[in-house]
Amino acid sequence: MKHIKTLNKVNLKKSIIKGGCGECQASCQSACKTSCTVANQKCEK
Amino acid sequence: MIHKYKLNGYNIVLDVNSGAVHVIDDVAYDILDLVDESLGETISQNKLVKLKEKYEEDDINTAYNELYSLYKDEQLFSSDNYEEYAKMMTNAPIKSMCLNVAHDCNLRCEYCFAAKGDFGTGRELMSLDTGKNAIDFLIQNSGTRHNLELDFFGGEPLMNFDVVKEIVKYARSIEKQYNKNFRFTITTNGLLLDDDKINFINEEMSNVVLSLDGRKEINDKLRVTPNGKGCYNAIVENYKKLISKRGNKDYYVRGTFTKHNLDFTKDILHMYELGFKQLSIEPVVSDPNLEYSIREEDLERVFQEYETLANEIISRKKKGDCFNFFHFMIDLDQGPCAIKRLRGCSCGNEYVAVTPNGDIFPCHQFVGNSNFKMGNINNSNIDHKIKKTFSNANIYSKESCKNCWAKFFCSGGCNANNFQFEGNILKPHRIACELEKKRLECAIMVKAATL
Repeated sequence: MKHIKTLNKVNLKKSIIKGGCGECQASCQSACKTSCTVANQKCEK
Repeated sequence: MIHKYKLNGYNIVLDVNSGAVHVIDDVAYDILDLVDESLGETISQNKLVKLKEKYEEDDINTAYNELYSLYKDEQLFSSDNYEEYAKMMTNAPIKSMCLNVAHDCNLRCEYCFAAKGDFGTGRELMSLDTGKNAIDFLIQNSGTRHNLELDFFGGEPLMNFDVVKEIVKYARSIEKQYNKNFRFTITTNGLLLDDDKINFINEEMSNVVLSLDGRKEINDKLRVTPNGKGCYNAIVENYKKLISKRGNKDYYVRGTFTKHNLDFTKDILHMYELGFKQLSIEPVVSDPNLEYSIREEDLERVFQEYETLANEIISRKKKGDCFNFFHFMIDLDQGPCAIKRLRGCSCGNEYVAVTPNGDIFPCHQFVGNSNFKMGNINNSNIDHKIKKTFSNANIYSKESCKNCWAKFFCSGGCNANNFQFEGNILKPHRIACELEKKRLECAIMVKAATL
């Protein structure tokens, strides 16, 4: 593309299919403890 | 829904519901100002006429065609079909615990949300029996979850380290029998670190959070001993030693910034120069009336500082240096699934905090508020009404999250902050939201600049 550079090929909708296993870390168990940032957590699958 | 913004010379578009991120040129950016969520195959004449005041017709048409192709591929203005999944996980097992092994601390940090270590409930250490009961409780209440997380917290957990070691030993002795995998972490102020504790932590803890606010004069202003002395000199060498022996395991040197150091990039860079590469600094959570609190009028200054920090990180990453700032970490290609993103930390539902006497609260920030006491691990009963209330907290039950572009990144914010500042776990705290959105904009921009 000439006008657009797409940085990722993600589609959150696809993550639903195998999602919700509950095995990933609770976000507050990392380094925050006083705020909430979920998007930096790793998926366990 | 899309979110578009200009930052540091980049025109960035986030397609909120797919998670796709695009860097676009000026003509495409200006087209997006004129279109709504239902793109036609070609641009309408009146829009074309308007854009021709600034751009060539060919450029407008090719940019529009590219935008249209993203739209057809559901990478632009994609729909939000996630609400039906918000009910998943409402009856989730408890698999994550903050274990407050010490409601006591050897520091008296001015801004401590735990009332300088005892959460306002008196100084107390956890017994080994209660610690073992906490392990049993987690195993019994975790259903089929394999990975169980336990963060040793306080107060200062190193003040009760013999019990920490025995709790770890006990959990390791039974985890295989129950098909569980314990992941231990610890959050410490570092004062009591010695070789024995460092070796144990590096062996057993998958992550360690080391508190330090940055420059000596900043750290020592608020992080003080009971007799008022700063702790910087006593802890920095301990941290260096621990990290030098840690190998590839995770750690964070984590600070708090207040109104006193709105130039906190200098604190982050100071810690980086000390050799610490995994860094975090968070806005203080405190009564807005206190002189060091971050208030509405400070937001613009903090936004500017996040941009300064982002640029410092970009310049170091371009040189090939390792520099990880926790709140700019973002995995655009994978990250957590959409279901995880609907409800954030899951406090009070999948995650609880336990006090030295075994009382259970939705998280460490609710400790001491008797209205939120969920039970006691020594008798295994739990208040399912409170659990249900928290399990229903998600981005669709929070009115102001539904139409927010950041909802799949922050997942509804911190319920404890919401309660503390807005009196309602479902009402996001505005200042926290604004800071989170700015961090996300910077994080995405850092990705655009360094990919």
